[in-house]
Amino acid sequence: MANVKPRVKVPKKAAAGDVIVIKTLINHKMESGQRKDKKTGEPIPRKIINNFVAKFNGETVFEVGVEPAVSANPYFQFSVKVMESGEFTFTWTDDDGTVYDTAKSIEVS
Amino acid sequence: MKTDRRNFCALSAGALTLALAGNRVATADGHAVEERIAEFTGGAEAATGTIELKAPEIAENGNTVPISVSVESPMTADNYVSEVMILATGNPLPGVATFKFSPMSGSATASTRIRLAKTQDLIALAKMSDGSVFSDTKSVKVTIGGCGG
Amino acid sequence: MTQNPLRVPALIAGLALLLPLAGQAGPDENVLTIEDQTIGTDVPGPEGGPLDHLYSGWRFRTAETQSLQTDDFENPAFTAVDQAEELWSTVDGAAEKSCESCHDDAATSMKGVRAAMPKWNAELGKPHTLETQVNQCRTDRMQADPWKWESGQMLGMTAYIGLQSRGMPVAVQTDGPMESWIAKGKEIYYERVGQLDMACSNCHEANYGKMIRADHLSQGQINGFPVYRLKWAGLGSIHRRFKGCMSNIRAEPYKVGSDEFIALEAYVASRGAGLSVETPSVRN
Repeated sequence: MANVKPRVKVPKKAAAGDVIVIKTLINHKMESGQRKDKKTGEPIPRKIINNFVAKFNGETVFEVGVEPAVSANPYFQFSVKVMESGEFTFTWTDDDGTVYDTAKSIEVS
Repeated sequence: MKTDRRNFCALSAGALTLALAGNRVATADGHAVEERIAEFTGGAEAATGTIELKAPEIAENGNTVPISVSVESPMTADNYVSEVMILATGNPLPGVATFKFSPMSGSATASTRIRLAKTQDLIALAKMSDGSVFSDTKSVKVTIGGCGG
Repeated sequence: MTQNPLRVPALIAGLALLLPLAGQAGPDENVLTIEDQTIGTDVPGPEGGPLDHLYSGWRFRTAETQSLQTDDFENPAFTAVDQAEELWSTVDGAAEKSCESCHDDAATSMKGVRAAMPKWNAELGKPHTLETQVNQCRTDRMQADPWKWESGQMLGMTAYIGLQSRGMPVAVQTDGPMESWIAKGKEIYYERVGQLDMACSNCHEANYGKMIRADHLSQGQINGFPVYRLKWAGLGSIHRRFKGCMSNIRAEPYKVGSDEFIALEAYVASRGAGLSVETPSVRN
């Protein structure tokens, strides 16, 4: 897929102990493997984002095992309790092995 | 994009009323659904309550149906929600997504957008750190547009 | 026939659920606020026009669909907008120019552009749509290949350019050289075509607010294009939507980019004069 680009929304600042909300979106067709080519009638092979991981300072805080029933351009919203400043890293794994990633830092006081 | 899903939708719309609040065990996918539940719970009986699945009563398009799930839990190191699995009982494959939480989640809530092939029941199952399981079910009516569009 | 006892409550539940659908008529009363900006979704219809009141298609959607448009992060069109923002300043073509080389900051230079499209172009001798205008820049000024009408780049760029007019009233020229194009578009709008023998007006003028099977009919306004349609799971152009409607009434659709669709776009835009630009909107 041309130009897969993740978007994430993480608050820039929070107080220690706050439960923050994180939103993520990535443009991906999420070919389910259930469709057939209109012209040839052949099944279109599955090609989806099959896993999403959010880490904070290297530790996994949230993960999603993704199946073909997740819509195109997968969107995930979840919460994290932050105790210290640090960096979130987000990774999306494609069926073809490609890993898309992005990072965001947060200042916790 | 004329997908197979479209055909599913067209078929199911004809049987709109009958398909509602259907007896899920009786559907063709019942077996696969039961298997996924058994695999997730490890045989534990799922209790109701504690988990809430939110989904629209009527979805304008089955391609993008917003859902969210929340589980009551203190989310501490020794008492937290470890996983929530979402199943769509009327899809060709029942699996949708499995959210894996940690005590650092702070709150066991998550949202996503999903595909529903037709009007059906959604099941959410939560597994707690002590192995207990809770579930919630929601019916979603999937509509199709005007002139088959 | 013995009745399955399970069926009875299911049937009652089904009827109860169908009632809100059947009872739904006209637009709802919800207010569209995007990123703290309130966007007007109803205005009095233009004087002498067929509609007393104009309503954005947003007002005919369910709460779940509506909410996808109220936050630019929730709006799935914005991955394409982000990419187009990068394309804006990416050099392409033999002239080694980007959009930015001539137009600088899109937030300033592109403000109002979407609201006035289609717009008469004397050199061309016909109106430019946003798509043909972008491509003219690409081929003439950038000496780059034109983008296909429904390509990811074109949809992203027209969404990005359209976004700069968000909240501004649609105001297309209807007099002077545009007069004959508007007249042609009007003729197409009211012409019954296809096996279902229907005109645009049968649904979007005479019956908006009613249900067509499970779909809540809107006025067919185009103030939010390109639109992210849940059905398409992506962005689509005005002409793609026209084409879809024509296929649905079992008519042979005009071609995307054809003079017929340009005329229809101009006329439909004029019917929605005064409604706010919502690009990129989200619909079912």
